[in-house]
Amino acid sequence: MTVASSSPPSRLSPRDVEGTAPQPRSGRKREHGGGGDGALAALFIAPAMLGFLLFLFWPTLRGIYLSFTRFNLLTPAEWVGLDNYRRMVNDPIFWDSLKVTVEYVFINIGVQTVSALAIAVLLQRLTQSAVLRGVVLTPYLMSNVVAGIVWLWMLDTQLGIGNEIIAGLGLDRIPFLADETWAIPTIALINVWRHVGYTALLLFAGLQAIPNDMYEAAKVDGASEWRMFWRITMPLLRPVLAVVLIMTVIGSFQVFDTVAVTTNGGPANATNVLQFYIYGSAFGRFQFGYASAMSVALLAVLSAITILQYRLTRAGQTDLG
Amino acid sequence: MRIRTRTVVALTGALALSLVTGCAQGGAAGAGANTVTYWLWDANQLPAYQACAKDFEKQNPGLDVKITQMGWADYWTKLTASFIAGTEPDVFTDHIQKFGQFADLNVLEPLDDLGIDESAYQPGLAANWTGQDGHRYGAPKDWDTVALFYNKKLTEKAGLAAEEMGDLSWNPEDGGTFEKAIAHLTVDKNGRRGDEEGFDRKNVEVYGLATGGAGDSDGQTTWSPFAASAGWKYTDKARWGTEYQYDSKTFQKVVDWYFGLAKKGYLAPFTDYTDGANPANAQVASGRAATAFDGAWMISTYYGTKGLDVGTAVTPAGPTGKRATMMNGLADSITKNAHNKAGAKKWVRYLASDECQRTVGGYGIVFPATPGGTEAAVAAYEKKDIDVSAFTGPVADKKDFTTFSFPVTDYAADVYALMRPAMQDVFANNAPVKGLTKTNDQINFILGQ
Repeated sequence: MTVASSSPPSRLSPRDVEGTAPQPRSGRKREHGGGGDGALAALFIAPAMLGFLLFLFWPTLRGIYLSFTRFNLLTPAEWVGLDNYRRMVNDPIFWDSLKVTVEYVFINIGVQTVSALAIAVLLQRLTQSAVLRGVVLTPYLMSNVVAGIVWLWMLDTQLGIGNEIIAGLGLDRIPFLADETWAIPTIALINVWRHVGYTALLLFAGLQAIPNDMYEAAKVDGASEWRMFWRITMPLLRPVLAVVLIMTVIGSFQVFDTVAVTTNGGPANATNVLQFYIYGSAFGRFQFGYASAMSVALLAVLSAITILQYRLTRAGQTDLG
Repeated sequence: MRIRTRTVVALTGALALSLVTGCAQGGAAGAGANTVTYWLWDANQLPAYQACAKDFEKQNPGLDVKITQMGWADYWTKLTASFIAGTEPDVFTDHIQKFGQFADLNVLEPLDDLGIDESAYQPGLAANWTGQDGHRYGAPKDWDTVALFYNKKLTEKAGLAAEEMGDLSWNPEDGGTFEKAIAHLTVDKNGRRGDEEGFDRKNVEVYGLATGGAGDSDGQTTWSPFAASAGWKYTDKARWGTEYQYDSKTFQKVVDWYFGLAKKGYLAPFTDYTDGANPANAQVASGRAATAFDGAWMISTYYGTKGLDVGTAVTPAGPTGKRATMMNGLADSITKNAHNKAGAKKWVRYLASDECQRTVGGYGIVFPATPGGTEAAVAAYEKKDIDVSAFTGPVADKKDFTTFSFPVTDYAADVYALMRPAMQDVFANNAPVKGLTKTNDQINFILGQ
């Protein structure tokens, strides 16, 4: 703000700054003022818009079209109507993949959200240290693939340091990534480890927006930390929490890389999450039409969940002030 | 402001242009008109082929060979992507497992005019690369077989001489001398051997046999030596079969017996195996397993492991009275849209020549496809004091040995995708082998489309 006041007069009138509607200007002024800004703004938006159209909008449309075709990428697509969708409905592996994915999402989101919230609240209530906030974010700096490989080694049944410690304690070794019971929870927790810091910082930013005087007033009234958490923090954090949940659920449904480097979908499809099945169908079996149909199904599932989450959590409303 | 807008427009335009031209350069794969681009995946083989390229360039002034090497997993992904993007190499190292799919996608150039003489190569290697249309799509490059690697220190401690290891036999009823040997090599936490009273199969310290996973659809280094020596074949025909035979009683009996070794505690369980961290050679190197079935491509890895004294033995003789080992061979293929097809054909002809294959053999990394190349490789291994007769013997021995190939059929990727989880289910989850009949039906349904 101090910079703005000491800088040469900007093209924005004080009324603009105050948030009132700008007054109509003469044609000439509009050309050099508001109109020029509009063009410049459009220009700045253009690369992102171009990227959106080219890499999101067009591929989505094309993906929907391809879902109605038999397509191996190297020869022209052949229209097959609803064949791929019929196959999908009758494909036990697809339903199994969906089940595995939902299992992963539940574990991942459940553990991640609770842990991230705990970390965020502790960061806000107990420390001002920027170093600590940075440390929390450290695992997020590592790529999913590297994290997956490192955990794969650490959790290896015979050679991993994790199992060496378990065996050292006199317990049975645990095949974390090679047993169908353990594999999905393990992958989910690896990803919790990798992402929890980032989620915690998002929530921490939301917590910073809660006025401190509310806590002070509650303290004066004799409220405990626990009561303040449930009566002040949680209600006021709800919109941020809702957005974070929506983002993490979408991200979780798209889990791929950790599975690819740790289990390859095994053992016996126990970790064959939907994205991995889609990838395998497309790039392994060259069934791009069928893979597109499953991608469209995933899009539909995610859209429905997101709308539901948005409604249920009233993500667009705030209880503040 | 106007100047600023213009500047922004100009910068955006320049950026867009650079992106477009950047893509264009990528599309040409950075190669000139006189360059032949060649891809391979094995870093160990790179120096050998660089030496071949040097000789080739000398003999063909004006032609350059640009070799790109990348890891196995990246290799196939990038190759697929390159076919789509039109940036494929002129020549690439092809694998029989992928051949059916590439032939189906029509991305390979027929090599009939190279005049490949099948008799100039080890038996069966050249014939594998003929498509269903009768055209040749690969020039033989090298070959490999599977044998039993063992930790000499552990076999000697168990009182098993090299001669005994090389004369094992098996059957699906009592496992024969092979099962006896690996049972004896298995040691539990209390020091009891697998064939001793009181052996604790749940607390094994050293397994008799390392696991190489469930073997997917081919079982190359797991169950295939047993299934083949029991007389089983993957498909109804040697090449381009129309029906798989995973529903065969013989096959299912073999698989049941083989994975049953894990239940007895002799074979390391599925949970010991991860592609990335703990493959068979790592289990042997770490002392967790005494023996492992592995391919000739792993010779340098086993023999190069510090502190490990390795021996090799031929696969055990089966109920047919014969031993069996998969003999697989790679080939060089030319892509249909190669930008320098004439140069590519010259290069492939040279790669398949005895001259280049002798050069490659001299590096002692693989067995080249020509007998001359193979001889050079054997001599190179001998120089390193490595006995490779367990790998070469089966190819020469027609009386007591059967060599067999990867199944070459349509829809190979689908077969793999269906069999991989099915076999893992049998090994890891103790699913009944009868379930493989259903998987076989699904596979044959796809093949019959």
